[in-house]
Amino acid sequence: MFGEPIPRREDPRLLTGQGRYLDDLGRGALAAAFVRSPHAHARIEGIDVDAALDVDGLVAIYTHEDLPPGVGDPLPLLIPHPALTHGRTARPLARDVVRHVGEPVAMVVARDRYLAEDAAERIRVDYEVLPAVVGIENAAAAERLVHEDVPGNVGAHLVQEVGDAPAAVAAAPHRLEFRLDIERSASMPLEGRGVYARWDPDEGSLRVYSSTQTSTGVRMALAARLGLPKTKVEVIAPDVGGGFGVKVVHPWPEEVLVPWAARLLGREVKWTEDRREHFVGAAHERGQVQRVRVGFDDAGRILGLDVTILHDHGAYTPYGIIVPIVTSTQLPGPYKPGAYRVEFTSLYTNTVIVTPYRGAGRPQGVFCMERTMDKIAAHLGLDRAEVRAANFIRPEEFPYDQGLTFQDGRPLIYDSGDYPRMLEMIKELIGWDGFAEEREAARREGRRIGIGLGCYVEGTGVGPYEGGHVEIDSTGRVHVATGLTSQGQGHQTVFAQIAAAELGVPIEDVTVATGDTRRFGYAVGTFASRAAVMSGNAIALACRRVRDKALRIAGEALEADPRDLEITDGVVHVRGDPTAAIPLRTVAVLANPLRYAFDEEARRATQFAVGGSPDEPPVPAGEEPGLEGRDYYSPVRSTFASGMHAAVVETDPETAEIRILRYAVVHDCGRMINPRIVEGQIHGGVAQGVGGALYERMVYDESGQLLNASFMDFLMPYATEVPRIRTGHLETPSPLNPLGIKGAGEAGVIPVSAVIASAVEDAEGIRIDAMPLSPDGLFRLRRRAAVDPALRVERLPA
Amino acid sequence: MSGEPVFEITMTVNGVRRGARAPARRLLSDFLRHDLGLTGTHVGCEHGVCGCCTVLMDGDPVRSCLTLAITAAGHEITTVEGLAPGDGEPSPVQRAFQECHGLQCGFCTPGFLCTVTALLRDNPRPTDEEVLEGISGNLCRCTGYQNIVASVHRAAELIAESGDGS
Repeated sequence: MFGEPIPRREDPRLLTGQGRYLDDLGRGALAAAFVRSPHAHARIEGIDVDAALDVDGLVAIYTHEDLPPGVGDPLPLLIPHPALTHGRTARPLARDVVRHVGEPVAMVVARDRYLAEDAAERIRVDYEVLPAVVGIENAAAAERLVHEDVPGNVGAHLVQEVGDAPAAVAAAPHRLEFRLDIERSASMPLEGRGVYARWDPDEGSLRVYSSTQTSTGVRMALAARLGLPKTKVEVIAPDVGGGFGVKVVHPWPEEVLVPWAARLLGREVKWTEDRREHFVGAAHERGQVQRVRVGFDDAGRILGLDVTILHDHGAYTPYGIIVPIVTSTQLPGPYKPGAYRVEFTSLYTNTVIVTPYRGAGRPQGVFCMERTMDKIAAHLGLDRAEVRAANFIRPEEFPYDQGLTFQDGRPLIYDSGDYPRMLEMIKELIGWDGFAEEREAARREGRRIGIGLGCYVEGTGVGPYEGGHVEIDSTGRVHVATGLTSQGQGHQTVFAQIAAAELGVPIEDVTVATGDTRRFGYAVGTFASRAAVMSGNAIALACRRVRDKALRIAGEALEADPRDLEITDGVVHVRGDPTAAIPLRTVAVLANPLRYAFDEEARRATQFAVGGSPDEPPVPAGEEPGLEGRDYYSPVRSTFASGMHAAVVETDPETAEIRILRYAVVHDCGRMINPRIVEGQIHGGVAQGVGGALYERMVYDESGQLLNASFMDFLMPYATEVPRIRTGHLETPSPLNPLGIKGAGEAGVIPVSAVIASAVEDAEGIRIDAMPLSPDGLFRLRRRAAVDPALRVERLPA
Repeated sequence: MSGEPVFEITMTVNGVRRGARAPARRLLSDFLRHDLGLTGTHVGCEHGVCGCCTVLMDGDPVRSCLTLAITAAGHEITTVEGLAPGDGEPSPVQRAFQECHGLQCGFCTPGFLCTVTALLRDNPRPTDEEVLEGISGNLCRCTGYQNIVASVHRAAELIAESGDGS
């Protein structure tokens, strides 16, 4: 069962319209709509709601001054990293100053969304427009400030060093220095954010449904904000239509305001984000300027690497600082960079906030490292794959300590991997050897093709912990619960596979609940490719507790030594003797000594039916009633998945259109629970990577207006833009956890920009130092390269 | 400001005559979801680009977020809830999407299912190019499309095997 590519168990529901996403709930609830700032930076002079008051169906309008302390206060700094010297967060509704287009200024509640929008558009807000800070370099120049009390627009600054990189670069036989840029994109799940709240006045309790990646996080935040005991707040993530990072932020302004209004009004209230709101009111990621100085020897081995990063974290920093931290620490990838120094400065701009988007800073770091490898190869006239191989950590060097501190505050020590083997696999899969002839043959036909390669290591499965609860009921059904949430990863399938394998039960008997604080209250959330590692192992450990208990009880019933028992198809039996057997459903009955008989099964478990010594308590010391178990998995440090991608692209000599002809992925996420689901994750990641490499960019003008805030203008790949992907799998089990698994969620997206840049550079012979790259961008590069030899690259051996 | 006029809007949805009172500006997507309670049709962008809200009107795919409910009055609408033949079995397209892992979060899926159902009715054995063209109006952020393309081909096979083209 574990390791089999079984079809997903969530699909029949989702394929027949029986999914329950946020906006499918709460039919008849009041609707909220928000008045948002149209300016990137402005002082609020006054808010006049009079014209909205006679809108049919209006229930309430709230501005900052209506909010009590707690509710109206600045939102939490979720990542209080020591590097964050000037952390600033937004209030749920702006008080004096707005700092990005889309910041909420007023909330309207009405009978339905149409009417709420009618009222919202009649609310008049007077602004004194202030100069906006847009663009990383403008932020760094700091001629204007986003926050008056944040000098230099600097929110965070961090240096990590292993050895003396500047000295190593200076002493190296070869040196290069260059700049690499990545622009902003966004997670852009097809379902936006949303929150729906019910207040129960009799119970004094709140139930909140949110399209979130962390229902336990939302619960804790709401309890704190609204002054409710945690026991009076339930938060449920229903079906969630994609997350990719943006939904891990909590609480969002709307996530505080909607439940607060529901309690105040004693009515159900719901807010469903529309697409424009998502563009300007949620979060972006990726924007970084990176400067590299590298020193290396004749074989291309890096002796010193000195990287300086400017990161744009937007108007506020509830979470964004994690992105440059991840870039800094994941940049070395599968290599030993010799001496390494990395410095980042994280800057405020008058734009939407930044939160991790699938890859979470790694695509930028990998772009940096892989472009560096290609530049070294070009400089020395070596094969790009050879230069990489010369720098690899060898299989016998694991565990390998990079000497850095990872995003979880723990040492960055790689657990396992086999990079040389992986390189052989990817070269084979893409047809690396012999490509030079292929490229020449194409050139003779007037076609330009090129090949590119990119490698990465991804820290996955970060702590602190996740838990699992497993209960077998008296029908034999197995109920598994874990607290983290699902957004399409197939958790109901893979966690059931784990439980079925651990318990020896048919998978059809297993159901899985995620993201529901009523079922499991302690959890962190779904991000950082951690769900399979964290909850997968927690569920396995919980299953082992249940299994041990079942064998103990069955051993008594069968008068057998539990060590001689095994479970097959939901039946406990003596190994080698199928007649001495007892079904798990009966064990479940026996595990719960009853006073009352409510059905035939229960009759067998009453105090009158169950045997045992009259001198022993019915529930022995140290036991609990019920065939259930709970356990937690808390790793000492992260696991490290890895992968290599390669692509062949063709560029049109006339139009500069870039087409991906072949795309290959080799991937190592440790032991795979379900290879079909792993492949799906890779495909989806690559598609987002292709978007980031060739199409997706957030276009702000100098006044801070997002010019392409719609699907008409922000180009995401359709089926016609995504290449067919060939995949190969390598499994180096992680020694850190019982199941030997790593993580697979983000991997597909990480090296794509690096790979495409490498391939286009190969096809064109022009330096590609900034992504995404559009046809007009390439067209302009060609024109510049025609007059500037510094932009041209010698053709590479492969 | 007094309430806007509402109209009795009736249409045939998944073979059943359905009606509700709604104002003229009510979108078909909202009418199906909120007035009729058929929440299987999803709304991803409200401006006709993502294709999540695709339903069949008189058999042809339409963006229900760009269609006013009142203009659909009197027409036949098929939503994801109505794609299965009614015998408890999934339609060939639904079955193929499960077999080929053609969905992840499932949010875009109803739009794809409606689009592909019409595509295969009009072109029962599409080439790869025709499949790409046929689904090029639907966005998916999870799957990378490869398994969706495989699902379409598999659905074509299943329909051919069943021989009735339904």
